Amino acid sequence: MLDVKFCGIDFKNPVLVASGTFGFGMEYEKIIDVSRLGGLITKGLTLNKKEGNEGIRIHEVRGGMLNSIGLQNPGIDEFIEKYLEGMKKYGVPIIANLGGSSIEDYVKGAERLDKTDIDMIELNISCPNVKEGGMNFGIKSSVAKEVVKSVRASTKKPLMVKLSPNAEDIVDMAVKCVEAGADAISLVNTFKGMAIDIYKRRPVFNNTFAGLSGPAIKPIALRMVYEVSKAVDVPVCGLGGIIDYKDAVEFIMAGAHLIQIGTANFMNPRASIEIIEGIERFMERENIKSLDEIRGIV
Amino acid sequence: MEYKEVLVYSNIKVEEDIYVLSLIIGDDVKAGQFYMLKAWDEEPILARPISVHSVEDGVVKFAYQVKGRGTKILSSLKPEDKVYVLGPIGNGLDTQKFKGKIALISGGIGIAPMLQIAKGLDGEIDLYAGFNKSPYLIDEFRKYCTNIYVTSEKDEGYFKGFITEIFNPFEYNVVICCGPEVMMKRVVEMCKNYATPVYVLMENKMACGVGACLGCACNTKEGKKRVCVDGPVFKGTDVMFSA
Repeated sequence: MLDVKFCGIDFKNPVLVASGTFGFGMEYEKIIDVSRLGGLITKGLTLNKKEGNEGIRIHEVRGGMLNSIGLQNPGIDEFIEKYLEGMKKYGVPIIANLGGSSIEDYVKGAERLDKTDIDMIELNISCPNVKEGGMNFGIKSSVAKEVVKSVRASTKKPLMVKLSPNAEDIVDMAVKCVEAGADAISLVNTFKGMAIDIYKRRPVFNNTFAGLSGPAIKPIALRMVYEVSKAVDVPVCGLGGIIDYKDAVEFIMAGAHLIQIGTANFMNPRASIEIIEGIERFMERENIKSLDEIRGIV
Repeated sequence: MEYKEVLVYSNIKVEEDIYVLSLIIGDDVKAGQFYMLKAWDEEPILARPISVHSVEDGVVKFAYQVKGRGTKILSSLKPEDKVYVLGPIGNGLDTQKFKGKIALISGGIGIAPMLQIAKGLDGEIDLYAGFNKSPYLIDEFRKYCTNIYVTSEKDEGYFKGFITEIFNPFEYNVVICCGPEVMMKRVVEMCKNYATPVYVLMENKMACGVGACLGCACNTKEGKKRVCVDGPVFKGTDVMFSA
């Protein structure tokens, strides 16, 4: 009843865990039955190992949290050698989240992932583009289109592009990514925010800005998922502040085929499991036989 | 490690803003480990990493300082209130491997993990506890320690100054330290001069507590380590202190 076909891949339920909030899955296996999840999305991977940012990396705010981890990850080769096998043992689809700071890095990363048996690539276009003078790939749709086009040409894996809510025009961004060859769209990544330490009289984060996630962003994320679902003809994976099954059902009614749980994993490590159970109970109560009946109904 | 709901046994104020929370938890806990505690549903968003102060029959005690919204809520807990706990977390300290004369050095609420450590150690233990306000939790150590040295910026009758001014690493086989980074850094430097092995208990802001979010990264000689699962106990000489 909860099963979803997405880019030709069978997901037993629509609940995935968002990149960066669930490591490589193993971190949570002592606490929850990871094999019950709809799918796993890796920590953001880059071609080469990254140490991530210095200084404070997370900061709690009302209704959410700011993070500035800086894509700390072991690099794609080490991921393939050390973590991929372990992730596969859960028997759920594996989506590799690919980040980068140049088109060449994205392409090389996608080429390496293409040779593995991951199920899908989620392309993170929200990282700083050094060559474009520090501008994000995820802000201007013309820039994003170039990245997606290049990555598209370098892999046969299903390609899902993860949009930043900081895009100049989220609908245009989605449309351009689909034109460039995206098989699916996921949205939204974190919102650009900041916090100030009033005693030190300086920003909390070394990079000044950080990404806001959590329940505070949900209504905006939901609106964006709704708008994008209406505008593109590829499936959409929705995320942004989902903390319970009601939020999840809202995203599905707004048009999402799959959803991702992020910050809620920190609020309650059982959140994703409870959301799967909650959606199931909701469907039974409402006499819904398949998610097709409610997807995009609004 | 397990995520579960447990009950409060007691929650006692021991000094201004300092409390000892006893939770009914029957876990096998190593000294130096900690739990993520959450006594609320959705707000604040994150649980609070709090070190284990003492493990007694079916009860785990946490000593904590009220610093913000989360610890403020913890301080209001009453017996039989519910608390979500994730733990025990971290490498902890193999107290049995240490022999000889051991110094425990704490700054402020850094004294919290020292009691369970003292209970697990054999040998001659000296406690050096520094406070910028009135000392707390000291009496509990008398049973386990040979000498107790206390400094307080506030109260009369105690040495005024840094704990590092009255401590000499030369006398000790092992030093275990928990407190502000600036203090731990100084203690590690002092120990280096005498090649005295020193262990530090690190803290950091944390989101997940399982090693997934990488929010609690700490710089070490071997690159970034996660305070939650790679620590919180580190060899002092491995840590690149930011203070």
